[in-house]
Amino acid sequence: MRPHHRVTHPRVLHPGAWWLWALGLAAAASRTQNPVPLLLIMAVTWFVVAARRGNTPWAASYALFFKIAMAVILIHLVFQALLSGHVQGLTVLFTLPEIPLPESTGIKIGGPVTLEALLTALYVALQLAAIFCCIGAANALGSARRLLRYVPSALYEIGIACVIALTFAPQLATDARRVRDASRLRGGTGGRVRRLGRLAMPVLEGALERSVELAAAMDSRGYGRTTSRSTGSRRVTVTLVLVGMMGICIGLYGLLNGTDSAWLGLPALLVGTVLAMGGMIVGGRRTGRTRYRPDPWATPELLVTGSGVVAAVSMFWQARVDPTSLLVASPTDLPAVPVVACLGILVAALPAVLAPPLPQGVAQ
Amino acid sequence: MITFERVSVTYDGADVPTLRDVDLHVPEGEMVLVMGRTGSGKSTLLRAINGLVPYFSGGTLRGRVVVDGRDTATHRPRDLADVVGFVGQDPMSGFVTDNVEDELAYGMESLGISAPVMRKRVEETLDLLGLADLRGRPLANLSGGQQQRVAIGSVLTTHPQILVLDEPTSALDPLAAEDVLATLRRLVHDLGMTVVLAEHRLERVVQFVDTIVHVPGNGSPVTQGDPASVLARTPIAPPIVELGRVAGWDPLPLTVRDARRRSVDLRTSLAAVPPPAHDAHALGDPVAEIWDLVAGYPRQPVLNGITLAVRTGEVVALMGRNGAGKSTLLRSLVGLHRPGSGRLETGPTGLVPQVPEDLLYAATVRAECATADKDAHAAAGTTRALLDRLAPGIDDGHHPRDLSEGQKLALALAVVLAGEPKLLLLDEPTRGLDYIAKRQLVVILRDLAVNGHGVLMATHDVELVAEVASRVAVLADGEIVADGAAPDVVVSSPAFAPQVAKIMAPQAWLTAADVAHALGRDGTDPRDE
Repeated sequence: MRPHHRVTHPRVLHPGAWWLWALGLAAAASRTQNPVPLLLIMAVTWFVVAARRGNTPWAASYALFFKIAMAVILIHLVFQALLSGHVQGLTVLFTLPEIPLPESTGIKIGGPVTLEALLTALYVALQLAAIFCCIGAANALGSARRLLRYVPSALYEIGIACVIALTFAPQLATDARRVRDASRLRGGTGGRVRRLGRLAMPVLEGALERSVELAAAMDSRGYGRTTSRSTGSRRVTVTLVLVGMMGICIGLYGLLNGTDSAWLGLPALLVGTVLAMGGMIVGGRRTGRTRYRPDPWATPELLVTGSGVVAAVSMFWQARVDPTSLLVASPTDLPAVPVVACLGILVAALPAVLAPPLPQGVAQ
Repeated sequence: MITFERVSVTYDGADVPTLRDVDLHVPEGEMVLVMGRTGSGKSTLLRAINGLVPYFSGGTLRGRVVVDGRDTATHRPRDLADVVGFVGQDPMSGFVTDNVEDELAYGMESLGISAPVMRKRVEETLDLLGLADLRGRPLANLSGGQQQRVAIGSVLTTHPQILVLDEPTSALDPLAAEDVLATLRRLVHDLGMTVVLAEHRLERVVQFVDTIVHVPGNGSPVTQGDPASVLARTPIAPPIVELGRVAGWDPLPLTVRDARRRSVDLRTSLAAVPPPAHDAHALGDPVAEIWDLVAGYPRQPVLNGITLAVRTGEVVALMGRNGAGKSTLLRSLVGLHRPGSGRLETGPTGLVPQVPEDLLYAATVRAECATADKDAHAAAGTTRALLDRLAPGIDDGHHPRDLSEGQKLALALAVVLAGEPKLLLLDEPTRGLDYIAKRQLVVILRDLAVNGHGVLMATHDVELVAEVASRVAVLADGEIVADGAAPDVVVSSPAFAPQVAKIMAPQAWLTAADVAHALGRDGTDPRDE
């Protein structure tokens, strides 16, 4: 057996495998509001990230996404408490002072806050938080930049735009921190807003200079050199890819939405995929780029992707066979445990051992 | 290999051309230094070689630039990627990928080189530049010297015949700089590459180069010649050449080895003269005292128990390799970094950060000065008066970002001084400064010390330390490993000794001016002015 097929052989996993795995989990999360599988999904992402993240700057992004997820929950709860106009349930926890608004607006601010309303809000927010955790895990495990290497050459320009954006954002944050420190040294009067206005200029100017610098560096290293382009073939490529992508989006929407309209789901997905592939093949012919040491797609990649697919499929199967277990009938009841879906999600925790360990230099 | 024929470059909106009628010929296999004041058009010249000027900068280029038989009028930078490798000032801003290996391969991927060849060239380049241990490491985690070497490697993999570098060592500590320059030297001598580089710190590079191109700026003609003859005529020169002028050596020595051989007589004649002690003028009260300071991150302290005091009237230099904790110490002193433990007492303190632009927000110098007055609760006009003292003649209407590096530093210094700090902190003040701006900075710092300020500066610039510091503290791994009078600390150190000290060792002479003074030849050289 060649070494990259072994799960114990240290190497960096194909970032695409991590993204597919995470998307599988995210798809599973999108079909339920039951807190049991949702919490399980969050725990699984945490577990796998802790086991397999490297020392790249991206690896820290899971913590960031997790914080965003918590913020989402908090914001949701606060707004629910403030605006729970149509009172659900009877268990009043506390009563906020009410701001009287004309009846016609249909909005009530303040008033009694019930346990039921808060729990419903919590479950809805939990779904979003779980999806955030999945995306955070994908970012931390499979660097988005590495993934961009596998963007088909027809989409090369888009890929480059993404590279610049990916560089721009963290640099902007570093610059902002540096300039803010410097401005604190200078002291100064005026409110936050005025200070913000003052800081914006050096930060944006710096970022702009840097982007131009990056573009110059890319150009002088030969970027875009081998693309011989005729306008005609380029238009065909762009049209095919765009229409295909739209088809894929519609198809995915149809599938995830769970509505039974026949043309929305699988057919649209298939047609879209074919169109997009066609576009990429047409467009791929016109660039002469080569790829350095592409990550292999071997057994560990299949296993990791497969575990994500298992989680999604088991959730979808549960939704079809036993949809009630995925919904919370009454918020105050103990939520049911959807056994199949939970087992599927647990399978998605296996990459913590199925993904190959990282080599010494990049391990945490 | 590189030919400029009557090249003039005029940027959009500029009244006068930045470069005028430049004729230049660089043969194959030469190492060429482009020197000149900041803003004289060095970068423009370098960027014209691979067409970044005018394709990226805008403006008009007249004349012809031909590189390896390709005219930049018809070849864009990307079409020259296999002939010219260009490395910009800040390596980090030119990186496209995440880790070392991918970065080395990026250029080859763009050129469509086949996978086996790429594989081989990456391995060769990793070995050539001593990067093999770092191959999988994220670029952001590398030290400055390593990043610079990766940046050089990333353009080498396409096997260009010409390497163009814009200030490759300006951000590096002395040893990392030597590392990078040794690499370049190897490329020229072993692989026959043509290297063109711009650098302000002549003392670091002059000994390696075959030819100097002097760009005097303000429209004067660009000259080309061998190092000794060019340096004999230019107002900017490394200390070794200044010493040569003082001692009247001809031709001028360019390496410490040459100068040491010549200096036997000089050393004998000065053996009985005690070198100046570089003492502070009048030591006053302490303006900052630190006891057992620990700072950094909980599990990874950057400073491990620093005890240090700065008094008015002295200029203390803080040295040490990149990442030794110099910046953290300065930031702790102004309260930007919360100390983990230890005690810290400071008077009113001002810090000029590494990038002086960070302190400048307004659209004009006038507005900047007015805001600084208001921020510091000083009388209107205070900052402007300070600025006029530091760097006379800066136009009120200019945009701060359009000033030269030296002027930006002066403006940032004026803004900080408006708050009347007793302790002035400077982080790498000579980054990007030419010799003339540096000389002004030396005068300013001496003046501040005499007028009852304490100055603490973190710097890699050993020549600046030799000129102005009365005390030197060396940081390593978050601890102070040496703290004492400047001559005592730097003369014995292989990394931090200034050139004159290396030549005159074991006598503790630090600068050419000291030697001139001892010989009774103060301000001998009218070309200096």
